Amino acid sequence: MYNQKVLDAFANPKNVGVIENADGEGMVGNPTCGDIMKITLKIDNDIITDAKFQTYGCTAAIATSSTATEMIKGKSVDEAMKLTNSEVVEYLEGLPPQKIHCSVLAEEAIKKAIENYREKKKAK
Amino acid sequence: MRVYLDHAATTPLDEEVLQKMMPYFTEKFGNTHSQHSYGKETAIAVDKARKQVADALNCSPNEIYFTGSGTESDNWAIKGAAFARRDKGKHIIVSAIEHHAIINSAKWLSNNGFDVTYLPVDKYGVIKLDELKKAIRPDTVLVSVMLANNEVGTIEPIKEVVEICHAKGILVHSDCVQAVGAVEIDLKDLGVDLASVSAHKFYGPKGVGALYIKNGIKIDKLIVGGGQERMQRGGTTNTPAIVGMGEAIEKAVREMQKNNAYIKELRDYFVKRVTEEIHYVTYNGHPTDRLPSNANFSFEFIEGEGILMLLDLGGVAVSSGSACSSGTLDPSHVLLAMGVDIVLAHGSLRFSFGKHNTKEEIDYTVDLLKKTVERLRKMSPLFTLKEGEIKNV
Repeated sequence: MYNQKVLDAFANPKNVGVIENADGEGMVGNPTCGDIMKITLKIDNDIITDAKFQTYGCTAAIATSSTATEMIKGKSVDEAMKLTNSEVVEYLEGLPPQKIHCSVLAEEAIKKAIENYREKKKAK
Repeated sequence: MRVYLDHAATTPLDEEVLQKMMPYFTEKFGNTHSQHSYGKETAIAVDKARKQVADALNCSPNEIYFTGSGTESDNWAIKGAAFARRDKGKHIIVSAIEHHAIINSAKWLSNNGFDVTYLPVDKYGVIKLDELKKAIRPDTVLVSVMLANNEVGTIEPIKEVVEICHAKGILVHSDCVQAVGAVEIDLKDLGVDLASVSAHKFYGPKGVGALYIKNGIKIDKLIVGGGQERMQRGGTTNTPAIVGMGEAIEKAVREMQKNNAYIKELRDYFVKRVTEEIHYVTYNGHPTDRLPSNANFSFEFIEGEGILMLLDLGGVAVSSGSACSSGTLDPSHVLLAMGVDIVLAHGSLRFSFGKHNTKEEIDYTVDLLKKTVERLRKMSPLFTLKEGEIKNV
């Protein structure tokens, strides 16, 4: 049911882990729903220089986490804020229909991490 | 290495059974209802299969009706019995851990004027007989409890169910789909009025099942058409599949003791290794009183479908009770009914063993499973949190 690109992203995920002293951090999801995603970002002058994820979830959740973190590296926070789950799904050449909701998590986690970064910046 | 550990989903067709089926696809292709010799030779073959099924289940051949699947048998039994008795009452009781063929037939009935009670189970998945007694109402017409559960392999006390229900004139159906060839089934001794079986669960072909209807019990038809199955189930007889079912059930029962001893040894070895070598696992279901082929585990901090996919990439085929593999938002209704925590239920996997599995395959699977679980836990924020807790103690 998954295409090869999704399976590759899932089986060989990029950017797994947690950035120590991250500039932005976002965790979304709920264990009772079977999905939790945590994104940590390293940001220099509003440019995302590194992104890492930890995901508790299914194949689609892990594949989209990996892909989304890849897609935002090197982008400005403003650009990264615009990343949508459909772009991630498109990059992966599609997900089974019942799995589309899993891809929303990555988008939400990134947005939350960037918001966290902006709040920290304001507080400084 | 490719390892198939999903025999509760389906089994490979037995080679000997296939050979017995082959002539009925080609040279013996007649319609069992035709008057000529072509029809006669297939009708004789179907009669033989009916006797093989009846002998295996200890009932009379005229109590066996062939259907297109276990699901059809379940639908027919539940809907047919409820409608046949609707003048007596509109209440039915099914266990909370039934297969979806029963659960969704019950739901269909509740949308069509019937009341349904879902019978609770204990932490092992065994139905609570005192709850059954409490649930019975003057208008209860049917109770359905499976003989063995498909997800956790729990064996249910059907004889006791029959005793309680028959004292009140209530019909009893039992879904025996998972039980054939795994536990001894003596329908006369069990005393049920209706029972469903399916051929592909015991090395027979897909697309054929049977419903046992005890002599003297009348239920409404589900599929109407021609006069097949003694006027009870329309549709041209699927002769090759039925021949296969007869041969497969005869062989399954004949080899049951030998196969079960072998399969149970593999399963027990697997369970021992998993519980000893992987941390944070729960063995779901009854520790001993379960189908010899079934093992069901929950792996903490990770999600079942992810484990399933990584095992599959490594060649091992299993099944998951996680929501993400079923396409719904809720994980296994069976585990939830047993009181398994919802997060644990998301991380559950079913391993079901068969007669062709080997010890080498089990070792390969455990080694791969260990690596897989470790890999996914390294990715899981829940596991990091847990590890933090441990460090802080």
